[in-house]
Amino acid sequence: MGLVDAQDLYKRFGSLTAVDGISFKVERGEVVGFLGPNGAGKSTAMRIISGFLEPTSGQAWIDGHNSHTDAIAARRKLGYLPEGAPAYADMSVGAYLNFVAAMHGMSKRQAHDRLAELVEQVHLIDVWNQRIDSLSKGFKRRVGIAQALVHDPDVLILDEPTDGLDPNQKFEMRTLIRSIAPQKAIVISTHILEEVEAVCSRAIIIARGRMLADATPAELLAGAPQAGSIAVTVAVADPEPALQIIAREPGVARVVVADRINGVARLVIHTSTSRPSASGLVGALGRANIPADEVYLQRPTLDDVFRQITAGVREH
Amino acid sequence: MGATLLVFRREFAAYFATPVAAVFLVVFLALSAGLTFLMSGFFERGTADLTGFFFWHPWLFLVLMPAIAMRLWAEERRSGTIELLMTLPVQLWQIVVGKWLAAWAFAGLALLLTTPLWITVNVLGSPDNGVIISSYIGSWLMAGAFLALSAAISGLTKSQVLAFIAATAVSFIFVMAGFDLVISTVRSWAPNFIIDAVRSMSFLGHFQHITDGVLELPSIIFFVSLIVFSLWLNIRVIEVKKAA
Repeated sequence: MGLVDAQDLYKRFGSLTAVDGISFKVERGEVVGFLGPNGAGKSTAMRIISGFLEPTSGQAWIDGHNSHTDAIAARRKLGYLPEGAPAYADMSVGAYLNFVAAMHGMSKRQAHDRLAELVEQVHLIDVWNQRIDSLSKGFKRRVGIAQALVHDPDVLILDEPTDGLDPNQKFEMRTLIRSIAPQKAIVISTHILEEVEAVCSRAIIIARGRMLADATPAELLAGAPQAGSIAVTVAVADPEPALQIIAREPGVARVVVADRINGVARLVIHTSTSRPSASGLVGALGRANIPADEVYLQRPTLDDVFRQITAGVREH
Repeated sequence: MGATLLVFRREFAAYFATPVAAVFLVVFLALSAGLTFLMSGFFERGTADLTGFFFWHPWLFLVLMPAIAMRLWAEERRSGTIELLMTLPVQLWQIVVGKWLAAWAFAGLALLLTTPLWITVNVLGSPDNGVIISSYIGSWLMAGAFLALSAAISGLTKSQVLAFIAATAVSFIFVMAGFDLVISTVRSWAPNFIIDAVRSMSFLGHFQHITDGVLELPSIIFFVSLIVFSLWLNIRVIEVKKAA
């Protein structure tokens, strides 16, 4: 049994099935990314695992404690950042974090020591005495993260931890998540795909409440249709001759015009088992007086994978 | 420190985090003094007592207590903090009781600030202070019942306005339970014991018993049991919404 264990979770709101049979496990040291379009059921699934919502059927465990029937024990092990990083707007950062620490049963002394450490880690010292409703989005998100980390839980469930942060803050947040990851089991939800590559050891793709994939980012990328394809750009009005030349090269399975922008055509070569060499391609085109501007290996992005996997599964 | 106390302290402080608390206290004091002096003819009566003051409490509370309690749960739902609160390792009843206690203490503070009136009647004459004390206790208990009802209703919605309106409507039924307005709607179809039951739910009736003189035990039991019932209802409301 993993630190997080979700088994056959279903959640129906009236006729809508928000979560449709989700099962997965997260071990210590893993960072699992929940990926999905808006309204895919990511937040609902996280709410169920955190124990905030009851599933229509199925069970979720946090470190062996059922998040519904053994809720208090489960919650002790859990740090949870709900969607939108809510916090009591009328409190100061310090008062709020002390409140959360006390609710976790920490003594004043323990809370003081732990918060001193955390404030360094999450960079909250400058806003310690400020009211939460006066904070920028970035600081609010950090307060939310600090709140989830107060009791140093084994399990972290973070719903869109970098939403609304600027690029520097996103980088910091990801660094923080990576730094604490080895000791914990972490589930983060996001619709930013670069985030998955940046911090996650595993990605679960969800759409319309269903799990469509559960694999490492590398495995997902390897399965992409673009994996291993080569792009050649040529500045010619008619790309047809270039297509014919390339099609004759060894290792070329298929070649198509991907796009034409400002008189530059991008040709995408789908390779067979072997791969044509860049110099061979440039040489062959050169002999026909077709100058090749660029030749590069196309790296599939998770965006491509995501679009492919979720294609046909429309948002609610 | 117990979670109930922690929640109580947070909620009580929250009242004073905005000018709302000050505005509320001023409105309460102005209304209760205004009604006592202008409507009840405090000076014309020529007796040094607070009957004219306590007379208005059910009517004042009918509007003011839902106003105190409306934010207790609706605001948590609106801002999303309910997700935090409900995933902390504490029992739900501790949160429910802590929140209600904070509202009740705030109502107690409002009542406490009316004591200059009590001092005044003691300066002007020699009122029956026993009756006044029991009236204060009764008034605070009644406030607690209004608040517990309103808090439970607040748990149903994320709109404070809706919570306020619904709580005022329900409170109105309780205040008016002994009046023909309510009784006549029941009389046409219900057997006598139900009519009696409804009549016995009247806030006005119970509060009058208390202000008439001694702290009457049945009336105290009525308010206390209504508070306990409403707090239980509050817990159920939150639990049911969680599974919905």
